[in-house]
Amino acid sequence: MTSVASAKPLEADKTAHPMTLGVPAETKKGERLVAASPKTVGQLVALGYEVIVQSGAGQQATFSDEDYADAGATIGDAKAAWGADVVTAVNPPGTAQLAKMRKGAVLISMMSAPSSPDYIADLAKRGVTGMALDAVPRISRAQSMDVLSTMSNVAGYRAVIEAAENFGGMFTGQVTAAGKTPPAQVFVIGAGVAGLSALGTATSLGAEVRAFDVRPEVGEQIESMGATFVQAEAAQQEVSADGYAKELSKEQEELTAAMYAEETAKADVVITTALVRGKAVRTISAEMVAGMKPGSVIVDLAAVGGGNCELTVPGERIVTDNGVIIVGYTDLTSRMPQHTSQLFGTNIVNVMKLMTPEKDGQAVVNLEDEVVRGMTVAHAGEVLWPPPPVKVSAGSDAPPAAPTTPAIDPAEKARLDAQAAAKKATRRMVTSAVAAVLVVLAVSFSPLSFVSYFTIFALAVVVGFYVISGVSHSLHTPLMAQTNAISGIILVGALLQLGSTNIAVLVMSFVAAAIASINIFGGFLVSYRMLGMFRKEA
Amino acid sequence: MTIIGLIQGLYIVAGIMFILSLAGLSKQTTARGGNIVGIIGMGLALLATVGYSIYQSAEFPDDRQPVWLTAVLIVAVLAIGAAVGTPIARRVEMTQMPELIAAFHSFVGLAAVLVGINSYIADHGGGAVHLVEVALGVLIGAYTFTGSVVAYLKLSAKMSSAPLVLPGRNALNIGAFVVFLALMFWLVAVGEENQTLGVVLVVAMTVIGFALGWHMVAAIGGGDMPVVVSMLNSYSGWAAAAAGFLLGNNLLLITGALVGSSGAILSYIMCRAMNRSFISVILGGFGSDGTAPAPGADGPEGEYTEITVDGAAEALATAKSVIITPGYGMAVAKAQYPVAELTQRLRARGITVRFGVHPVAGRLPGHMNVLLAEAKVPYDIVLEMDEINDDFAGTDVVLVIGANDTVNPAANDDPTSPIAGMPVLEVWNARQVIVFKRSMATGYAGVQNPLFFKENTDMLFGDAKTQVEAIVAALPVGQKV
Repeated sequence: MTSVASAKPLEADKTAHPMTLGVPAETKKGERLVAASPKTVGQLVALGYEVIVQSGAGQQATFSDEDYADAGATIGDAKAAWGADVVTAVNPPGTAQLAKMRKGAVLISMMSAPSSPDYIADLAKRGVTGMALDAVPRISRAQSMDVLSTMSNVAGYRAVIEAAENFGGMFTGQVTAAGKTPPAQVFVIGAGVAGLSALGTATSLGAEVRAFDVRPEVGEQIESMGATFVQAEAAQQEVSADGYAKELSKEQEELTAAMYAEETAKADVVITTALVRGKAVRTISAEMVAGMKPGSVIVDLAAVGGGNCELTVPGERIVTDNGVIIVGYTDLTSRMPQHTSQLFGTNIVNVMKLMTPEKDGQAVVNLEDEVVRGMTVAHAGEVLWPPPPVKVSAGSDAPPAAPTTPAIDPAEKARLDAQAAAKKATRRMVTSAVAAVLVVLAVSFSPLSFVSYFTIFALAVVVGFYVISGVSHSLHTPLMAQTNAISGIILVGALLQLGSTNIAVLVMSFVAAAIASINIFGGFLVSYRMLGMFRKEA
Repeated sequence: MTIIGLIQGLYIVAGIMFILSLAGLSKQTTARGGNIVGIIGMGLALLATVGYSIYQSAEFPDDRQPVWLTAVLIVAVLAIGAAVGTPIARRVEMTQMPELIAAFHSFVGLAAVLVGINSYIADHGGGAVHLVEVALGVLIGAYTFTGSVVAYLKLSAKMSSAPLVLPGRNALNIGAFVVFLALMFWLVAVGEENQTLGVVLVVAMTVIGFALGWHMVAAIGGGDMPVVVSMLNSYSGWAAAAAGFLLGNNLLLITGALVGSSGAILSYIMCRAMNRSFISVILGGFGSDGTAPAPGADGPEGEYTEITVDGAAEALATAKSVIITPGYGMAVAKAQYPVAELTQRLRARGITVRFGVHPVAGRLPGHMNVLLAEAKVPYDIVLEMDEINDDFAGTDVVLVIGANDTVNPAANDDPTSPIAGMPVLEVWNARQVIVFKRSMATGYAGVQNPLFFKENTDMLFGDAKTQVEAIVAALPVGQKV
């Protein structure tokens, strides 16, 4: 396999000079980002690389050539930057730029790998190793390299700023001598990275924020950011009905749509972030827009994938007939070039850290590493996309890192949830029924005296269950000491036997009673001591 | 009013007081009240029982020892209990709490076994039901006894904490249980006709219980001990309940069932926190699928950076927010007092200090909370993992004091790791992590910790207590405004 051979440094001779790492100016029209900031250049230099920054590469992002030079970079022309051993870029370079690259060089940039097989084939043909920054596996270890998270975060923030600019009012409510204004009502659809960032930003501007996501488990995250989680009424529905998932799904879809209509009509600002693998989910129909207030603003973060709103024009800001402003900009991240470039550059530094285990300026493409493997789309003349599926550890809570793709198709998700819930409920019901029947049978065949004891026993079990289920975590140890002391009640049994005429019984019950009473005295005293220590801050 | 009626009444009152006691212990504010109510309940129960036992001796002089002897014996056992139990409870270090509780559980188990055997010898006319009760009672009691003894030995490091892996483990356990069932049917068949054979059978079942308890708990790795202690707590309750069935005693029944089910729920809560299957815990021998991890054999190695005491003090003094994640190492070094002192000093400087406690930090649930409470750290800045895990990202400095497996990123990243899937404190998201550690040795689970090799992690080697004290001394003077 290629993987073993490729675990060696790209340059065969280890004595070679440190590799060069090029930061060319972006060639995409209107792009203001750059793949490195002076700060990240410093970090790359520390990893042993000779960094070549194309003159003027950081201009649009307010980084001057001098800043880069001060951080240790060499300033060169486009040819030098593209001709480096490792080339880092934000957008996939065009053919003209690729032609300037050396055979065997590494290209690190975003590549939209799933939708551009020809591009990847071209990379492979040129012998360029392509590492797609937007294909970093979604595992915790790789989060620091995940440019999609970075971009989503910035886009979410910027979406609120765009909305604020277009909205004819203040976000925060004010009470002034001239009367009062209400806070802006913001509704966010999809609580992935972008959505959470947007709702956090809107909240901090003083708006009243409501948010919805088809995944009920993110409700907590939404609320932790100070927004209100809008419950889909559909979720209520799916528990009560089971088995009719198909029909229900349609009904649920309608319910979700009704909720969207209601929320958008109330809102001054709507921010939609539902993008699944590059495709936008239709969430806001033309009728819903028609029902919105004049002057309200929709910012469609999924414009790049066609838009969540039916009326969105990607890349444009439009005003509908009823005065609703729909912002469909697709360059939100580029509108904040300074910080986006800084964050993006840090993602690249983290990739380089992973690829430079010796910190000696020698990049290693170790395909055994699942993060590297996941990113590598082309290497040594071979196309390596798509990568094998990433092994995710069972039951690990993947961090909430759904980037520009927060919302899965609501109807489909709701349908699956309903099915799973119904199945679980049925199974639980069957198990309980079987258990109940068994208990009834067992008891009916037992002698009467046993039955009365069993009744007490069963009730006490249930009481114990409920008494303890709310216990505070910090009290586990004292609680255990206390229950331990209480279970010394076995002393009662031993005491009752302690008058027996049978010597063996007498001796044994004496021993039993003695140790049980140690338990009682010791256990209660110990829990008393422990509890005495807990104090609340005065 | 009959004597019996009075005693039953007292029993019911005692039972209810136990319920209230446990309910009280669920909340900080009512916990001390709960403890007192439990003590009063126990007092009433014992009063009633002593009265009943003496009354019986008086009423049935032919079947019982004379009243004076019964009374003397009762006074003697209570005196022994007080004389032995009180000083132990008074003197025990909070750090040794897990061992102590395990040891106490073993007492209950042994007492239950003895009561079961006695009941077979002394009580007659119960028929098959009684005999089955005897069998189950001694089995559970014996299991609890040896299980607790092993847990005690492991916790007090008198026995290797590595899981014992015998070939065909499960077959052995199932085989033992089948033999137990066979003996139980034999006992029912023998009935009370042949006392000698019967006693032999009961003793044989006890031995099976001993073996099962020993084997099952020995098979559990040290890292899972908190759940085991909690599970044994539950078993000790069931043992008492079994004795209740045996003797037809309502109080034993109620209390045993209460302790049994509450212990089970507690274990369930813990299992959820550790992402373990509850069923496999009840059956024992979890935490090792026959593949005990070779300590440090796999997992990342690499370079770590060290930090000096002065460096750590400087980092703390300039931080805005600090989170301390304590682990068993803090307990071992008895560092809770200097840690509390450090906390106080930092807070006086206006620095936010909080504690992040992993559900299984230490050797039994809530262990860290007890230690911190002992050192008078206010409990409202001591937070659970779920409450604090998202806050690490915004934290300047995290002090990892004697914790290892509970802050191991491998649980999230490495599906092959023995602790894969266990939720952990994500300390590495903070700006800087300072790890207090004696050496680069592995934690209780025997897994290497990639945290130590992270860029933002610094190691501070040495005894946690001395080092924390040194940091307190090295903190720059002067209040921050």
